[in-house]
Amino acid sequence: MKSATFEYIRAGSTAEACEALKQEGDSIKLIAGGQSLIPMMAMRLVRPAWLLDINEVSALKFITTSDDGHRNAVRIGACTRQSVVERDKALAERVPLLRQALGYVGHVQTRNRGTIGGSIAHADPCAELPLAAQILGASMILRSSSATRTVPAETFFAGPMTTATGADECLEEVRWPVWDERRTGSAFTEISTRHGDFAMVSAGAQIALGDDGRCVRASFGLGGVGQTPLAFPRLAQRLVGTQLEDEAVRSAAEDAAAESDPGSDLFATAAYRRHLARVLTARVIRAACEQARSKA
Amino acid sequence: MTDKLYPIEVEVNGVARSAMVPARVSLVDWLREELLLTGTHVGCEHGICGACSVMLDGEPVRSCLMFAWQADGHRVTTVEGLARPDGSLSILQDSFCDSHALQCGYCTPGMLIAAQGLLYTNPRPTDLQIREAIAGNLCRCTGYQQIVDAVRSAAARLAKEKGQR
Ligand code: FES
Ligand code: FES
Repeated sequence: MKSATFEYIRAGSTAEACEALKQEGDSIKLIAGGQSLIPMMAMRLVRPAWLLDINEVSALKFITTSDDGHRNAVRIGACTRQSVVERDKALAERVPLLRQALGYVGHVQTRNRGTIGGSIAHADPCAELPLAAQILGASMILRSSSATRTVPAETFFAGPMTTATGADECLEEVRWPVWDERRTGSAFTEISTRHGDFAMVSAGAQIALGDDGRCVRASFGLGGVGQTPLAFPRLAQRLVGTQLEDEAVRSAAEDAAAESDPGSDLFATAAYRRHLARVLTARVIRAACEQARSKA
Repeated sequence: MTDKLYPIEVEVNGVARSAMVPARVSLVDWLREELLLTGTHVGCEHGICGACSVMLDGEPVRSCLMFAWQADGHRVTTVEGLARPDGSLSILQDSFCDSHALQCGYCTPGMLIAAQGLLYTNPRPTDLQIREAIAGNLCRCTGYQQIVDAVRSAAARLAKEKGQR
């Protein structure tokens, strides 16, 4: 359980990191918190020749919740520790779903080290942060030595542990949309063998209601039941205009479960995961709706 | 193939240490095998058991999930650094003895670090918060209840001591 031999470079800035990526390309791997990468290296599932450390790049550690030209988004630097995000009260108010999802990510010790960008770039289909990004339609800012581009979650997550990030690109920032609707509620839940373990199935939802109690905006998604975290924009759109009565919620949950594509493993069969997908979807939509209703 | 060596400087339990380390040496292996600080245990070596917990700049982390060079320029506290300056047990450690919060002792260093990390930021934790703080640490002996008892009693003793001062 020891990693194979490698060499490392410590980047002092994002530009330096991008330059190194350009030079070494495929033989180099970025390390942020390392909470997923280091175990994979210990198990020799990955054996990079070089590690490029971005932990000391302070320009990658920030949370901007103020209005600064990106009015409706909170920007989080890729190397911001999960525990720092977890403690940020202003952020919890503006992107509540992210805070709720973080409560299920690993343990205190791993959140003190793990980063927001690291979890998203790792793109485990069972992980909570990629799911939150998918549900909210977060944007990933990718930087290379020659250009910067913005990729929406929808296309960023390309498959299990696979993203749209090029070999010469570094995830610099994640932009989380803020919903302006006053009556917005959100919920996140999951089932796992032990708290802090990877979920068998996870689910999240964010709902906004109008003054008359009708749904004006909705988004929900599922983790652990496909190649990537899944959002269901078409099904969510169907909820808009309804009072989120039982029938509407039930049919959205049933269709989401039907559209998901879970696999079987030691911990749960595909059928059980599909069952959880339906139950948890209904549960988070109802909980988000309750929370929105409480904001009279 | 011989590994290239990298220079590091780490403050360990208040003492400045410098060393040359191969990139692939984990922080826990460096602490145990080079500094001979064998109080920190190593169980799974891939971030599951929590036995290797140490504080990095005052916050609990898993030292098997860090390479030694990542601690360069930082402060590390191991279980050896929790005792009082005269070497006697800290209130938290003493509470572990009082409450029978250990049997084989394998998980104990990690539990102490996790609990100490909690008490730094939250001196009067609820039982739920204690459980949340030690959720990343596996114990195969105690059934956890006595560990929760120990942390709760340490918090009360610390509060009392603070009140007296
Ligand atoms: S040895 Fe580090 S978590 Fe098990
Ligand atoms: S006391 Fe034996 S593992 Fe906890």
